[in-house]
Amino acid sequence: MIKAILIFNNHGKPRLSKFYEHYSEDTEQQIIRETFHLVSKRDENVCNFLEGGMLIGGSDYRLIYRHYATLYFVFCVDSSESELGILDLIQVFVETLDKCFENVCELDLIFHVDKVHNILAEMVMGGMVLETNMNEIITQVDSQNKMEKSEVLTG
Amino acid sequence: MPAVSKGDGMRGLAVFISDIRNCKSKEAEVKRINKELANIRSKFKGDKALDGYSKKKYVCKLLFIFLLGHDIDFGHMEAVNLLSSNKYTEKQIGYLFISVLVNSNSDLIRLINNGIKNDLTSRNPTFMNLALHCIANVGSREMAEAFASQIPSILVAGDTMDSVKQSAALCLLRLNRTSPDLVPMGEWTARVVHLLNDQHLGVVTAAASLITTLAQKSPEDFKTSISLAVARLSRIVTSASIDLQDYTYYFVAAPWLSVKLLRLLQCYTPPEDAALRSRLTECLETILNKAQEPPKSKKVQHSNAKNAVLFEAIALIIHHDSEPTLLVRACNQLGQFLQHRETNLRYLALESMCTLASSEFSHEAVKTHIDTVINALKTERDVSVRQRAVDLLYAMCDRSNAKQIVAEMLSYLENADYSIREEIVLKVAILAEKYAVDYTWYVDTILNLIRMAGDHVSEEVWYRVIQIVINRDEVQGYAAKTVFEALQAPACHENLVKVGGYILGEFGNLIAGDSRSSPLVQFDLLHSKFHLCSVPTRALLLSAYIKFINLFPEVKTTIQEVLRSDSQLRNADVELQQRAIEYLRLSCIASTDILATVLEEMPPFPERESSILAKLKRKKGPGILPDIDDTRWNGNGNVEHSESVEGTNKSSPSLMADLLPTNRPRPSSSSPTMLSAGTMGSAHPFTDLLNLNSAPSAGASLLVDVLSDSFSPASQDVSDENFSRFVCKNNGVIFENQLLQIGLKSEYRQNLGRIYVFFGNKTSTQFLSFSSSVISSDSLKTQLNIHAKAVDPTVEGGAQLQQILNIECVSDFTDAPVLDIQFRYGGALQNIAVKLPVMLNKFFQPTEMKSQDFFQRWKQLGVPQQEVQTIFKAKHPMDTDVTNAKILGFGVALLDGVDPNPANFVGSGVIHTKSTQVGCLLRLEPNAQAEMYRLTLRTSRESVSQRLCDLLSDQF
Repeated sequence: MIKAILIFNNHGKPRLSKFYEHYSEDTEQQIIRETFHLVSKRDENVCNFLEGGMLIGGSDYRLIYRHYATLYFVFCVDSSESELGILDLIQVFVETLDKCFENVCELDLIFHVDKVHNILAEMVMGGMVLETNMNEIITQVDSQNKMEKSEVLTG
Repeated sequence: MPAVSKGDGMRGLAVFISDIRNCKSKEAEVKRINKELANIRSKFKGDKALDGYSKKKYVCKLLFIFLLGHDIDFGHMEAVNLLSSNKYTEKQIGYLFISVLVNSNSDLIRLINNGIKNDLTSRNPTFMNLALHCIANVGSREMAEAFASQIPSILVAGDTMDSVKQSAALCLLRLNRTSPDLVPMGEWTARVVHLLNDQHLGVVTAAASLITTLAQKSPEDFKTSISLAVARLSRIVTSASIDLQDYTYYFVAAPWLSVKLLRLLQCYTPPEDAALRSRLTECLETILNKAQEPPKSKKVQHSNAKNAVLFEAIALIIHHDSEPTLLVRACNQLGQFLQHRETNLRYLALESMCTLASSEFSHEAVKTHIDTVINALKTERDVSVRQRAVDLLYAMCDRSNAKQIVAEMLSYLENADYSIREEIVLKVAILAEKYAVDYTWYVDTILNLIRMAGDHVSEEVWYRVIQIVINRDEVQGYAAKTVFEALQAPACHENLVKVGGYILGEFGNLIAGDSRSSPLVQFDLLHSKFHLCSVPTRALLLSAYIKFINLFPEVKTTIQEVLRSDSQLRNADVELQQRAIEYLRLSCIASTDILATVLEEMPPFPERESSILAKLKRKKGPGILPDIDDTRWNGNGNVEHSESVEGTNKSSPSLMADLLPTNRPRPSSSSPTMLSAGTMGSAHPFTDLLNLNSAPSAGASLLVDVLSDSFSPASQDVSDENFSRFVCKNNGVIFENQLLQIGLKSEYRQNLGRIYVFFGNKTSTQFLSFSSSVISSDSLKTQLNIHAKAVDPTVEGGAQLQQILNIECVSDFTDAPVLDIQFRYGGALQNIAVKLPVMLNKFFQPTEMKSQDFFQRWKQLGVPQQEVQTIFKAKHPMDTDVTNAKILGFGVALLDGVDPNPANFVGSGVIHTKSTQVGCLLRLEPNAQAEMYRLTLRTSRESVSQRLCDLLSDQF
């Protein structure tokens, strides 16, 4: 199961946080900071997996991350997930964002937090992977946009 | 066209975000946020009704503020209003807010649930999906109560849209995780399995996740999924990738689904059906073959997807552990990955190999990669990879390569990251002990450990080296010499001083013959460290000094002077002061004989599982720890630790008790259960138990042989009427007739036990030629050693005769030994055979654990054969206290608060046998209405589960 999905930039500023297990707001912020601390000190070209920090549950959990330009995408998962599979999922997520936003950049995530959440919701639900097929995801997002547009026009 | 056009959206929100981004300082940001929060609050509270758009805008702002780490304590009501709206845009943002900012405010939950309910019944797939997402993301108990019964029908209904099916499957999975008791099993479970055949691969993926979780909990109910999963997997693996269109990811056919299916199959043992089995083997072979094909794309995504499937296939092969060829192929494949340029693959290969190392088929194959792994330890840049290398070396270690591996680990230790040093120290200590043929090597290794990483050497490690030295005569002289030399170093670690003090105090005499290590030299050496040490170490050294007085009368005056000095007698520390005073007095007034008795060499410690191993397990959790042994977890490893800590903290009033230095493991007190049970006459329960270890039961087996010629135990009536009453208790009357009463008192400790048998002559006449011996079946003889002490051949009328049986459990067993008694009464030969209540559960040690640990272990023991379950009718009134007492009497620890249903009983313990230890979890579910019980046992051994289940289910 995926316990949390975090996106933050190179300075540790959170751009998206989604927890699939309940934590207090304070703890959530601490987890983000701890995760940033763990991930950011790692060199490029080392492996993309590491043991989770204490707050998220220690060595029973694993952080799987990718670093794109200014952003870190981190998935915290338990032992029931395939590491490489999650790594691919991050890639699907990013490619989907890229298609939806046309060359996604950090600013898009900042100004469209709700959209990013919606796209993520098409992929991961309650900590489980819902859909991995990018076309399917984009179709869903498109149809939502259409509904949104029609509501704006009629409303 | 981009799916999200950048121009639209909410201007107010964009302005606010830009403002925040332009803030020069944290203070300015907080100020701006507080201003906005005040604004939103007033808008929400204001008289003017807000339209949907404004509400949406403000809720988005709140979300943004929340993400920045600020508390949001309002807005929930507005979000609920939004999710009840008919407009998609408003509904969506309302759900988003609730999902991100769950609040357990119960009034609100009711309103939210109401909105969800409407959406679930709306038949609008988009709305249904939003509602299902919300339930899954929040996953609260209230929601489970409200919807758990409804979702299965959505999932299996024929007219449900694919996307809704997907969401419903995962929603159900989530609720099953958070509130399993609320998700009803039923007719739908059979239909869920058939979703594996669904056209839509997204539905299959979601269903596979759901079934995997359900199958882990009740494998029997979902057994039919095996064939469907294999069929599906086979179609994916052998398909040309174009068949799967969109689910082909960088030229790999449905990698995610393949991984899920392979995971599902890991809930089961290899399929029994031969055709199915060969089809699965074919799939696995194909996956292994594909790994050898040239890549279809240079993109890393291609290799990731391909290898994700490959690693999962290897995990399944290891799980099945039944096809030697596949195992060896898997090992070779992983071997290739060990040298791959992708760090991720090296990492995963090391990790996978760890599990492969514990398979008997592939252990040797894994060992061939030792040089590569050692090289990884030396050259990998990434500490997480090096850590996996350490794990693998530990897992592949056996007698043949122990010296090499220990040496490599030691040399790595010098430069190892601080974060993993302690773990390496523990591993080295364990391997050194486990594979020590020559104990001088062991002593050298541990002293090296202390020298190199003294700070990371925990108490368990140095306790252990002392235990081993004390228990093995052949190494004592060497140990004394080696510590003496190590202590010569000008700066040595305090742990070395502790070990040195203890060992020289016990065995300094063994090297005193050499003038370079004469008693005085030894003492001066130890005392030169004294003032640099902490209080507990000094206390230990004082005890070593008094032992010196006994060993070497010639240094008595020197030591007395030291003890007499003000820095000792008036030490600010009460413990040190007391020791100095008492030791000084003791040395002055006691005669040499008394001194020699009081300060006698420490008796050997009882053999037990290494406390270090226990520590490593505690540290790592049993799941991650590769362990070739069956010793899954440990019940008693920290006894000595906790006791010694206690010993340091309180200064004991009695001189005798204080003679053992604090911080020392105390053998005589480390058997509390035994002493308290020792109500009978035996004056030396402790030493006797130890003799049991060394003295094989030659006498008994001889007797048995003689007897088995004349009397075959099978042919005579064996009394077993009271046998089952002894399952949960140890004392009582096992047999009685007009002549004779036989009573038992038993005590068990780990794999050892002792039974006191009391024969009471009920008549007024002598019994003559009385004999009593133990007869075991051939198979039982290898599993259980019983030594019966010979008894007096005459029992006077009205008198009682006692016989002691010493028992050692070698491995798990099912049969019970028989006590065969013969005597002459008034000229007639009497022969009585009684089944002795020596059952497997007698060798339990209770294990306390927390709920989380319990379930983790419960899941780890998830293979069908490891579980035995039985449902039976209650034979006695169903009384909770009686049941509690019986389960405790059975030998396990009763765990409170683990089972969600407080009426159930959950217990755990470890069966100790000489060859191994078997962890055991049990659960008893009473059904008061039906007067039935369901008993479930999980252990790592099928035979153990079965036997324990049989024994216990007979008790209620």
